[in-house]
Amino acid sequence: MNKRVYMDHAATTYTKTEVLQTMMPFYTELFGNPSSVHQFGREVKKHIDTAREQIAKALGALPEEIYFTAGGSEADNWAIKGIAYANRKKGNHIITTKIEHPGLLESCKYLEKEGFEVTYLDVDEYGLVKPEDVERAIKENTILISVMYANNEIGTIQSIAEIAGLAKERKIYFHTDAVQAVGSIKIDVKEQNIDLLSLSAHKFYGPKGVGALYIRKGVKIISILHGGHQERGRRAGTENVPGIIGLGKAIEIAVNTMDENAARIKALRDKLIQGVMEKVPYTRLNGHPEKRLPGNTSFCFEFIEGESLLLNLDIKGIAGSSGSACSSGSLDPSHVLLAIGLSHEIAHGSLRLSLGDINTQEDIDYVLEVLPPIVDRLRQMSPLYERVKGGK
Amino acid sequence: MYSDKVMDHFSNPRNVGEIENADGVGEVGNAHCGDIMKVYLKVENDIITDVRFKTFGCGAAIATSSVATEMIKGKTIDEALKLTNKEVVESLEGLPPAKLHCSVLAEEAVKAAIEDYKKKLGA
Repeated sequence: MNKRVYMDHAATTYTKTEVLQTMMPFYTELFGNPSSVHQFGREVKKHIDTAREQIAKALGALPEEIYFTAGGSEADNWAIKGIAYANRKKGNHIITTKIEHPGLLESCKYLEKEGFEVTYLDVDEYGLVKPEDVERAIKENTILISVMYANNEIGTIQSIAEIAGLAKERKIYFHTDAVQAVGSIKIDVKEQNIDLLSLSAHKFYGPKGVGALYIRKGVKIISILHGGHQERGRRAGTENVPGIIGLGKAIEIAVNTMDENAARIKALRDKLIQGVMEKVPYTRLNGHPEKRLPGNTSFCFEFIEGESLLLNLDIKGIAGSSGSACSSGSLDPSHVLLAIGLSHEIAHGSLRLSLGDINTQEDIDYVLEVLPPIVDRLRQMSPLYERVKGGK
Repeated sequence: MYSDKVMDHFSNPRNVGEIENADGVGEVGNAHCGDIMKVYLKVENDIITDVRFKTFGCGAAIATSSVATEMIKGKTIDEALKLTNKEVVESLEGLPPAKLHCSVLAEEAVKAAIEDYKKKLGA
């Protein structure tokens, strides 16, 4: 069989066997509806409570502050719209950043049509939001500040505690989309003054289609999914029981093994970054050199386009992703790469290789062997490269 | 998402390169949008005897450049001018809707190169 190297863990991870095993009984013998009065329902309810405790423990929250959702996008939508509508009388201004996930940005754009005012903060060349910019953007009518914990494309980790502290001082709610961060880096919602936090199971070796929103006790928020009385009346719909059980187990494993995993993956990441920067000229590393997710690498290779690079890597069995327009299906390259100040031309040549627990030193060596000649071949075909060579 | 034919032209592009002292050169697209195609022609007695291309762009951009150069090689100028983006798409056994603009670019690149040839001829 041909070699296969998966380096797209920021897109999704596989579900760990131990996680899947804990889920399986909930498809068969433990099938009861947790809302039911009878024992079939009650026994399932108990397990859901356990999952809630596992998540709460991982975040430093209380179990009753954890609400299950269908994933990160729902959690983001709920946090933004739920806070906005519930606090409209207090104000209609929301502060967020230019590098958020679409689940968050599109929710904000929707609210703008509804009469809310949104400030989208700039980031610096590393993708960092400056706390002083947040402070400057705060107005009388600001009701919510939402800053992503760690970026999905470039891996930059924000100064969350500092920004959340600013919000707290002014009694403004603080939300963070921590979909990429949970399970990879330490988070403590109480210590960091986080009021709301979105997470998604399939980013830390749990199943797809399940996530959670942490809502600090006392936060004023409305529901966006109306119906039955599930999740203490705040989120209707029969629970995705196997998913929730898997989420609980996955977060428990991720937190218990975080230190050793992060250290190992970070070491591989740094070897990959160093190797690529050494072997491929006209390359830039996107994101912050240190304040960076353990598994994230993001590069821009000048004079070439990301999709053709991805296809060539795929032929060699390597799975990555790109923020080029052609791979995103839109006309513009990634909004994150543009926000850190890259030109369209450079942003089109981006490649993200995100590492996870299945990656080995051998994988890094393989990428470092395969990638440079592919970049070189595409450059030889590129009229942009010809100009550079001609200019010398 | 791509047909086997597209992947064939993408993985083994035909006619990549430049022609020194080409009789016609056409460049279309821009780096801002992520596609640039440059086509070089060698013309003898009104027949395209050689054609080369260089492309900055996605898989479809490279494949359409490759197949378009293959389609006009050996043709007369008038025949080459009749090349349409539809024919480019057909010969690639289809393109995803979002990539159809690449075939338009390939047609335009060929036409730009021929225009340049005609201009040089008239000069």
